[in-house]
Amino acid sequence: MTTTITTGTGAAPRPTVRPTRPDRAQRWSRRAPLLPALVFAIVVTQLPFLFTLYLSTQSWNALRPGSREFTGLANYGQVLTDDRLRAALVNTVVLTASSVILSVLLGLGLAVLLDRRFPGRGIVRTLLITPFLVMPMAAALLWKHAIYNPSYGLLNGIFGGSTDWVSAYPMTSVVTALVWQWTPFMMLIILAGLQGQSLETLEAARVDGAGPWQIFTRVTLPYLRPYLELGALLGSIYLVQTFDAVFTITQGGPGSATTNLPYEIYLTTFRKFEYGEAAAAGVVAVIGTIVVATLALRVLSSLFRMEDPR
Amino acid sequence: MTTRSRPADTAGGLWTVLAWLAGLLFFLPVLWMVLTGFKREVDAASNPPSWFFSPALDGYRQVFDRDLLPYLLNSMTASVVSTLLVLVLATPAAYALSIRPVERWRDVLFFFISTKMLPVVAALLPIYLLVKQVGMLDNIWTMVVLYTAMNLPLAVWMMRSFLLEVPTALIEAAAMDGASLLVTIRRILLPIVAPGLAATALICFIFSWNEFFFAVNLTATRAGTAPIFLVGFVTSEGLFLARLCAAATIVSLPVVLAGWIAQKQLVRGLSMGAVK
Repeated sequence: MTTTITTGTGAAPRPTVRPTRPDRAQRWSRRAPLLPALVFAIVVTQLPFLFTLYLSTQSWNALRPGSREFTGLANYGQVLTDDRLRAALVNTVVLTASSVILSVLLGLGLAVLLDRRFPGRGIVRTLLITPFLVMPMAAALLWKHAIYNPSYGLLNGIFGGSTDWVSAYPMTSVVTALVWQWTPFMMLIILAGLQGQSLETLEAARVDGAGPWQIFTRVTLPYLRPYLELGALLGSIYLVQTFDAVFTITQGGPGSATTNLPYEIYLTTFRKFEYGEAAAAGVVAVIGTIVVATLALRVLSSLFRMEDPR
Repeated sequence: MTTRSRPADTAGGLWTVLAWLAGLLFFLPVLWMVLTGFKREVDAASNPPSWFFSPALDGYRQVFDRDLLPYLLNSMTASVVSTLLVLVLATPAAYALSIRPVERWRDVLFFFISTKMLPVVAALLPIYLLVKQVGMLDNIWTMVVLYTAMNLPLAVWMMRSFLLEVPTALIEAAAMDGASLLVTIRRILLPIVAPGLAATALICFIFSWNEFFFAVNLTATRAGTAPIFLVGFVTSEGLFLARLCAAATIVSLPVVLAGWIAQKQLVRGLSMGAVK
């Protein structure tokens, strides 16, 4: 099995199939296959956002019919000075960063363990990827009721005591369940990287008298860097949107200790029915995402520009 | 598979044990879920938890008594139809971004992936209001459209990485022989990218099957999907753990099995085609 990060966007367009001066008709014949997907993506993902922008300027609580009116930027003032939203922002960063970092580290450890042949390697690999395949909602319910439950949960069943894990360590409870689900994802990507590492390089390092630890930190880790970055980037894209686990395990509580942005906006929309405010919070979240995503896209484009190492 | 012959020694034995322990530890919660599903409610809520018990099918019986099938059918419809739609839209688009690229294909590619990074919560309210306006709340076709949009960027990136693997020489040779576009697609492209189509379909299916956020906010009784069914099992009174675990096992099974069988495609798919 050869494993490489493929030449993606960086790959030069195939010269043979690109005529020197495509005329108008030909340009459109090139675009034609792209258009349905592009139009669909714009209509379904971009138009709602324009609508959000409009809604964010309205004072509109759905519980008070006829209360809808233009308020300019008042909702933004409300949102930006709201303590709950600031707390949600911090929680989102903590939740995402700790889940991504922990699952990358654990995934790295497991990938190293699985990179050598041993009896039952295929079975162990299969066992390890299973958490990622379990439906996230099923996983969240499982952790909440079958594992963390103070009276009949598995944790207290094994270690004794009657700790109410979710109340005592709310953020840790959520992060643990997420790390359990995402470690296999990281492991798969890093393992694919490890298996593409050239044996000659490792052998050369060994001949030069490097110990296993030195080889790992000086040769393997730098080589794995694009894979670690790819895993962290994709993990962040998904984990920053975490909803299922918060919704199920802590309901954002106790208080707002584990309320992240997705959950906070959900509450504003469907519990408080403050549509205008929810829209403004959404716009703020999008702007924040664009800032982070611009950085992420830069990483992504450098990753996909990786040439085949061999 | 690269053969890695390293000297077998005691350290090797230790690593083997360690790897097995790690595998079992990660699998333990899943095992616990499956076991609990076969308990009677009283056994499931025993303190301390019991590892040995006489298996019962009460949990499973109650799951089916609660009309699981319509939910599974909804999930199937939403996942399968949206996956097919995604493939139909994404494959030609990927073609126009790889084999016969449009100008500024790089920008288009990044536009697609940027839609994946936008927070879904920001789109929820307008989508909810629009869907409500046109009377499509609690309608499975609404979910089909949303899941198609959700998976389209991933599919475009993945299919593009597979199409880039088609040797240029093959396409040129076909053109030289005067093969029409359709013939080229059917005889040359399709056989080579078929595994890619399968991998893409697998990923799209997994993400649609597991989706909860839109489902919980836009569906109710008629168009509810499998994860919605699960949430309905939690009650504040009485014991529900055994039947909850039975239901969780059933709804997770399709994806777990598919993922087990197609492990290699899974890696490629999850990394959007970046890792072969």
